Amino acid sequence: MIMEQFILSFIASAAFGIIFQAPRSTLLKCGLVGSLGWVIYMLFIQANIDAVTGTFVASFVIAMISQFFARRYKTPVVVFSVAGIIPLVPGGLAYDAMRNFVQNDYGQALPIAAKVFMISGAIAIGLVLSEVMNQINKKVRKRKLWR
Amino acid sequence: MEERSTQQEMVELCLFIGRIMLQNGAETYRVEDTMTRIAASYGKEDAQSFVTPTGIVFSLSRTEPSKLVRVSDRTTNLHKVTQANSISRNITGGDLTLREAYEQLDEIDKSGTYYSMGTQIAAASLASGCFSIMFQGNWYDFLPACISGGIGFIVLLLLHQLFEIKFFAEFLASLFIGTLAFTFMSFGIGHETDKVIIGSVMPLVPGLLITNAVRDLMAGHLISGLSKGAEAFLTAFAIGGGVAIAFSIF
Repeated sequence: MIMEQFILSFIASAAFGIIFQAPRSTLLKCGLVGSLGWVIYMLFIQANIDAVTGTFVASFVIAMISQFFARRYKTPVVVFSVAGIIPLVPGGLAYDAMRNFVQNDYGQALPIAAKVFMISGAIAIGLVLSEVMNQINKKVRKRKLWR
Repeated sequence: MEERSTQQEMVELCLFIGRIMLQNGAETYRVEDTMTRIAASYGKEDAQSFVTPTGIVFSLSRTEPSKLVRVSDRTTNLHKVTQANSISRNITGGDLTLREAYEQLDEIDKSGTYYSMGTQIAAASLASGCFSIMFQGNWYDFLPACISGGIGFIVLLLLHQLFEIKFFAEFLASLFIGTLAFTFMSFGIGHETDKVIIGSVMPLVPGLLITNAVRDLMAGHLISGLSKGAEAFLTAFAIGGGVAIAFSIF
């Protein structure tokens, strides 16, 4: 089950790399970033932990790995993080909310819409936290150089 | 007089690299950063740049007159962003002269898409199929999702060439996807309409906009962050609206 998800998300993220015209040499790394993030998210879902928490942890990991790859291969971070983030975007939930709205079932639609909002926020905070870690890391390293 | 012309070349180079990066999907803070870094490598430590998603304002110092470049059409081409990034590295490392850098940038600017149309469509349809399974779909949904995702992407590309209102192209493409999915279902192809639609809509999702909006906001670029967020929201709304109309028809 997890293996199937890993392979599928690998292909999907790499395919997104192609849609975004990422360089050929980065496609496998895009796929790896995306599939690692998705597997972490799926593990959280299977352990019955809230999707918001799962999304947060997954997007944090994605951003950290992307930054590592970016430094390592001297490539802009976006190239790696974008393909990785795509599977986490709550497209399915947003779709459910929209469908309920259209069918005039506002009571059903609103809680789902709130969930979409929360998950989007979780993606953002995951990205931000890794950026913060990155900046702290940079500052610490610089101080070591001065000594 | 001599100094005047090299200064002008410097400004031109900075604006050129900035425009290429902005047009192809780089974050605005990265564009600003690249431009001021290049200027600093030529000894202009005080260069000022102000970048929004639709235009660049740049001057070599606080007292120099500033130049403006308008950016109207934006696409996503991360290969060009990567290439421009490595050129800026070479400039700041002192490996490229002004003229060489300008020529290389010109080449990047004139080059077409990195992957052919066919490869992109194939990638979009493959991604659609994978996503329908990833969102707990049945393997019966794989093929219909591939087909409707691929066709939806083709429709989007064609409509983009027909008119310039991006949101309407996305709206029509997702309407098309919804209609296709329901048609498949009425012929007994596929297991769940929902999974097929969600999977095939994924290539239209504004992923780059969302990540860039967050990164720009965090870097303190409030205007860019908010406007990209608005663009992402409008795109999501267009996709949702298209699917919703397909739903209300069937």
